[in-house]
Amino acid sequence: MSKELRIIGFLCNWCSYGGADTAGVGRFTQPTDLRIVRLPCSGRIDPLFVLKTLTGGADGVLVSGCHPRDCHYSEGNFYARRRLEMVKRFLPVIGIDPGRFEYTWVSASEGQRWQTVVRGFTEQVHALGPIQRFGKDAAAMAAQLAASHA
Amino acid sequence: MPILDELKAAIAKRLPELDVVIGWGKGFDALHHTPVFITSEADLDKLVLGPLSVQNLATYLTRYPKTKKIGVVVKGCDSRSVVQLLQEKLINRENVVVFGFPCEGVVDLEKVKRAFEDQGMEAARVSEASFQGDRCTLTSGGKAGSLPMADLWADKCNRCQYHDAVISDEFVGQRLERKAEDAYADVAAFEAKPLAERQAFWQEQMSRCIRCYACRNACPLCVCRDQCIAQTREPNWVSQRTGVEEKFMFQMIHASHLAGRCTECGECERACPVGIPILLLKRKNNKEILELFDYRAGIDPEAKPPLLAFKVEEEKINERGW
Repeated sequence: MSKELRIIGFLCNWCSYGGADTAGVGRFTQPTDLRIVRLPCSGRIDPLFVLKTLTGGADGVLVSGCHPRDCHYSEGNFYARRRLEMVKRFLPVIGIDPGRFEYTWVSASEGQRWQTVVRGFTEQVHALGPIQRFGKDAAAMAAQLAASHA
Repeated sequence: MPILDELKAAIAKRLPELDVVIGWGKGFDALHHTPVFITSEADLDKLVLGPLSVQNLATYLTRYPKTKKIGVVVKGCDSRSVVQLLQEKLINRENVVVFGFPCEGVVDLEKVKRAFEDQGMEAARVSEASFQGDRCTLTSGGKAGSLPMADLWADKCNRCQYHDAVISDEFVGQRLERKAEDAYADVAAFEAKPLAERQAFWQEQMSRCIRCYACRNACPLCVCRDQCIAQTREPNWVSQRTGVEEKFMFQMIHASHLAGRCTECGECERACPVGIPILLLKRKNNKEILELFDYRAGIDPEAKPPLLAFKVEEEKINERGW
């Protein structure tokens, strides 16, 4: 695979973080592009985490929580689902490929599934390449666009 | 009786029980109206109404203590902001008296300025402005020019579905009962452009931003005021650094915090001194809210906002396959 990219994962403490741990204990090989931030619940995720991370230079953001109906706090991931779906749909209007953001559910016992998710998402982000950062190389970008229109 | 006189009569009737009534008055020149705060019968003469009454006066409601008795004159779009404030319990229904009227629409002052400057007139020195039928006539520096109103209406008025206030205690005049189509064509057209072009668009637009936060202050639903997270140091969402990404971060905060709440009054865009089309971001969110949850903000004060609720099985959210 090409040069390593930066992917940030926001994982809930109870399921997905445990799932990632299970994958580690089971020695399932995974790409190393992902850096994990542990949160108490997927309901803790402010949509702004995703937007700030993507405009701050990350090439991809992965959110993972407990499966619906399995939330440690009963309903945190139900609220999260609506919010995360909104962010995912908001990204295209600011010019970020929605494929750079995914949210999914992985339980603590699903080490194998965690491996599949990380592999799949890393592949997806690599296919899109490094992100064009907002506010950086604005001049170069403008020139490139002007050239493509000429 | 003209609508303005009817409105004055309605306000005069309710004024004794109210601390203040907010309406529009003459501004610094013939082309501008400005909010007026009516506390006595004598102030009623200051009241005006027309296509220049652009401001959303609902913005002022949250600036008073909840216990004050306030009257407010609203256009159709402004009334939705009032409904939204009621839904969020930011104002007390019994302490607010809403004066509605059939709104024909307001002009976009930027469009007026541009159109008359194209005719070689100075829009900054307008001494007289009249709106009769479908023509707008301005006098500036001794010259008079006339333009069709069709070119001057604000974009939000061309797609308006709520000419008559959706909530009112006193309604003057005949209801218009008119509805335009709004299929979010502007959002769809913008999204038809390639991704890189969309990003370049915001890059170019946001580079003009001067971080005055007029968009926030004009917004009727931006109610955090001094507690706005764009200005806290902990967490430091928007830093003191200059740069387009910092400016744009604020717009993303504004759009996210208005998801499912924005009533599309367009005040953010109108108040922007450098003309950045930021309503587009909010309309994008509203389009998705409508699609996913079949919900429009500011229609029913008793409705449950979609992002504060959930269904165990969501009908329209497609669980991603992996």
